[in-house]
Amino acid sequence: MNQSALNPGLRDIVRRIALGWTPAHTTIAIVVIAAAIGFLPFVKMGLVVNGVFLGAIIALGAVGLTLIYGILNFANVAHGDYMTMGAYATLFVVGSLLPRLGIESSGLGPFSFGYSLLIALPIGVAAIVILAIALEVAVYRRLRNRGVNAVVLAMASLGVAIALRGLVQMIWGGATYQYPRESRQVFQLPMDVRVPPDAIFIMVVTVVLVAGVYLVLNRTRMGKAMRATADNPDLALVSGIDTRRVVWWTWAMGAALAATAGILLAVFQAQLQPIMGWRFLIPLFAAVILGGIGNPYGALVAAFLIGVTSEVSTQWINPSYKPAVAFAMMIGMLLVRPRGIFGGGRN
Amino acid sequence: MDVIGIFNYGVGFVIMAGIYAIFALGLNIHWGFTGLFNIGIAGFFALGAYTAALLTTQPPDPAQFEDFRFGGNWSEIGYLDLGFDLWFFLGIAAAAVVCGVIALVIGYVTLRLRDDYLAIATLGIAETVRLFFLNEKWVANGSKGLYRIPEFLGHVVSPENYDYLYLAVVLAALGVVFLAAQRAVQSPWGRVLRGIREDETAAAASGKDVFRFKLQAFILGAVIMGIGGALFAHHIRFLSPLTFDPLLATFVIWAMLMVGGSGNNRGAVLGAFVVWGIWTGTQFLPGFFADPNLRFFMIGVLIVAAILLRPGGILGETRRIARGADRE
Amino acid sequence: MGAQCKGGRLLALLEALDVVAGYGETEILHGVSLTVGDGEIVTIIGPNGCGKSTLLKAIVGLVRVRTGRVTFRGSAIAGWPPERIVRGGLCYVPQTSNVFASLSIRENLEMGAFVRRDDYRGRIDEMFRLFPDLGLRPGQKAGSLSGGQRQMLAIARALMLDPSLVLLDEPSAGLSPAMVGMVFERIREVNQSGVAVVLVEQNAREALSMSNRGYVLVAGENRLEDAGEDLLNNPEVASLYLGG
Repeated sequence: MNQSALNPGLRDIVRRIALGWTPAHTTIAIVVIAAAIGFLPFVKMGLVVNGVFLGAIIALGAVGLTLIYGILNFANVAHGDYMTMGAYATLFVVGSLLPRLGIESSGLGPFSFGYSLLIALPIGVAAIVILAIALEVAVYRRLRNRGVNAVVLAMASLGVAIALRGLVQMIWGGATYQYPRESRQVFQLPMDVRVPPDAIFIMVVTVVLVAGVYLVLNRTRMGKAMRATADNPDLALVSGIDTRRVVWWTWAMGAALAATAGILLAVFQAQLQPIMGWRFLIPLFAAVILGGIGNPYGALVAAFLIGVTSEVSTQWINPSYKPAVAFAMMIGMLLVRPRGIFGGGRN
Repeated sequence: MDVIGIFNYGVGFVIMAGIYAIFALGLNIHWGFTGLFNIGIAGFFALGAYTAALLTTQPPDPAQFEDFRFGGNWSEIGYLDLGFDLWFFLGIAAAAVVCGVIALVIGYVTLRLRDDYLAIATLGIAETVRLFFLNEKWVANGSKGLYRIPEFLGHVVSPENYDYLYLAVVLAALGVVFLAAQRAVQSPWGRVLRGIREDETAAAASGKDVFRFKLQAFILGAVIMGIGGALFAHHIRFLSPLTFDPLLATFVIWAMLMVGGSGNNRGAVLGAFVVWGIWTGTQFLPGFFADPNLRFFMIGVLIVAAILLRPGGILGETRRIARGADRE
Repeated sequence: MGAQCKGGRLLALLEALDVVAGYGETEILHGVSLTVGDGEIVTIIGPNGCGKSTLLKAIVGLVRVRTGRVTFRGSAIAGWPPERIVRGGLCYVPQTSNVFASLSIRENLEMGAFVRRDDYRGRIDEMFRLFPDLGLRPGQKAGSLSGGQRQMLAIARALMLDPSLVLLDEPSAGLSPAMVGMVFERIREVNQSGVAVVLVEQNAREALSMSNRGYVLVAGENRLEDAGEDLLNNPEVASLYLGG
């Protein structure tokens, strides 16, 4: 019962594109969208470029969130706080642990951060992966075994979100922190585009991780099993797919992407706050819903769309309304196409 | 602290717990009886409080406040001199109406879709409301906040005795809301809601318009939250966007309902008093245990523990149906 | 391998005894028994809602068996998770949504072989030989296959583990008459390669005529059990389930 404004032929084409989606298609789509918006005479190209950077961070969080949504079939409200935990765990490593070992650095090449952050990043990510799997064992698996419905799982994830943020505040307090950093010159490009070097690092990490996700989902047995489970959980069960391991891998990938997104967000906005992840939930869920629940490529394109739109919107409206812009896009999408741009998601 | 001090502390405690109990009753309509997952209570909280405050607070003297005007232009359009006491009730009614209308809009968009879309939409509304009051300084003075919100019947009693009067007001409101909520959920309408929560497909199959019932329940709960917000505004008498932090305006209320017993109105009220007691009580503990962040952490743990260990809360649901259990 | 002898009693491949099962508070099976020998085709027929599908789901572990025994190759499997039952060589094809629609044909077959640790590429080629339609475009998404091809893929997926028994829930439902004939032909071939088959069917006549034995289930209880031919000739069965 899709009250789509698109005619059936066009809808079919859009669907087919999404089904045979590859990273190459996705990249082209993102570049086309960004360029199309950026070259509009009344839009500042600099804002579009900023939006792409923001979109990259949203994309990392949203791809993991949509995988969890599609395979475990519930809205993980704690996803933003996995981001926060990732950022703070890395802060601990880069700010406390490594200095004790005599490793301190900032201002690596053109970047504001030092090589110590590159050491800390995988450690922080690994910590969140372990945390996510521990929570799966302690909380979510028990509830699933009891056969509760999806909303109860989401409710439990709300409790987890609160506890995680409380934990962050217990350890670090409510103050604002930074990774060790040095100010760096931004690159000046034509059309008044200013690119901070850190943003290039963010883009590279995003591209590498997204390509990694694509390879896992399409080339590995476990990745195919994850897609199969998202597609048809009962059939996965009777095919002999080890759904417990699928669930673990889903959490591991989702949490790793979330933690990375949190760290990159902390680098991008040059600060860490306990509430940063919770506030980021709105763009994350907006991207998941725009892209169609369970569709990682859809989430990817939607993330950039949201990043660019909310950044460009600051040309006319107060920048602090950016989350509200993402929210408005999501509500608009729910009104016209509740299954997402590509119509692949469930509702 | 002397006896009078303790007594006054107790009065303040019961006022706040009573206001929270109203919120817990509203949330119980949403979650406990219908299974609607609202994680943006703070949005309704803020809307209710600001609506009541803006309708009852005199605009400031423009000579004193140069960079902003709050309270709208009531003086220019003619401040209706109905006497403040009537305004108090009109403010509560307006708060209820505003929350109900917002609930109607969000509910209309999301309640036909998967259950968890509502959660995301309520989260978005809460954030949008926060951003609105933060940025639109002309409405309610932005982050500097709205103050000098008047007291109900403030001229009748002396300021030091005012809390006793307000205690009676809050308890009366709690009583009315409680009885209304009880009546609603015990009616045939309430039975349909529980049916929807337990098995939506079956409810739809037996000819119930599930969407309409969910929408009505969502609006009713939001209206109750608006009333709670209005009562809060006249108690605290200072509002800023920071007042409606998700912790104290959403999470604590969830903990109250989960601990007290979702699906049971008595449980919701009991949970409000118990959790607020723990919340305010632990600040007297020594050292580490008084850390407010520890309480924050414990609220989350409490919610997870309640779901895992005691899905029915302290009191449990009157007609016990293990939620979701035994379902394939 | 013929039926094993243990304690002097002939052990069937699959034996379900007085199985009671259902969903939530409703009980669907009130004590159903079923025996399948090695290499047999056994058909279960009965009116809608008599519990045919539930019986298959109970055997494969998707529905909890409340009381009663299910023995497969000598081990009591009631209460095992589906994954463990499947690993033992008992595979199941549901009636609807029985392929992974967003995965390609080849990926569907790979998922069927998920528990295999060895190289299963040879088995995929065998499946393409048995179901030539599937081998034409192995990269095609299962969601875009025709009804008959989908059914073939579903059966092929279940055969990937080289099971000794497959349970098929109405494999001919919703297919054109020509397709029905083809699906039955394939099932016969599968059976001839040594796989025992349990068939739940609405096309009772075709199914029974190729079955060794048949069961009639009514309201969650066994009503009749006989050789396939004899059930076909039974006047009661004929009037009720074979359309006169």
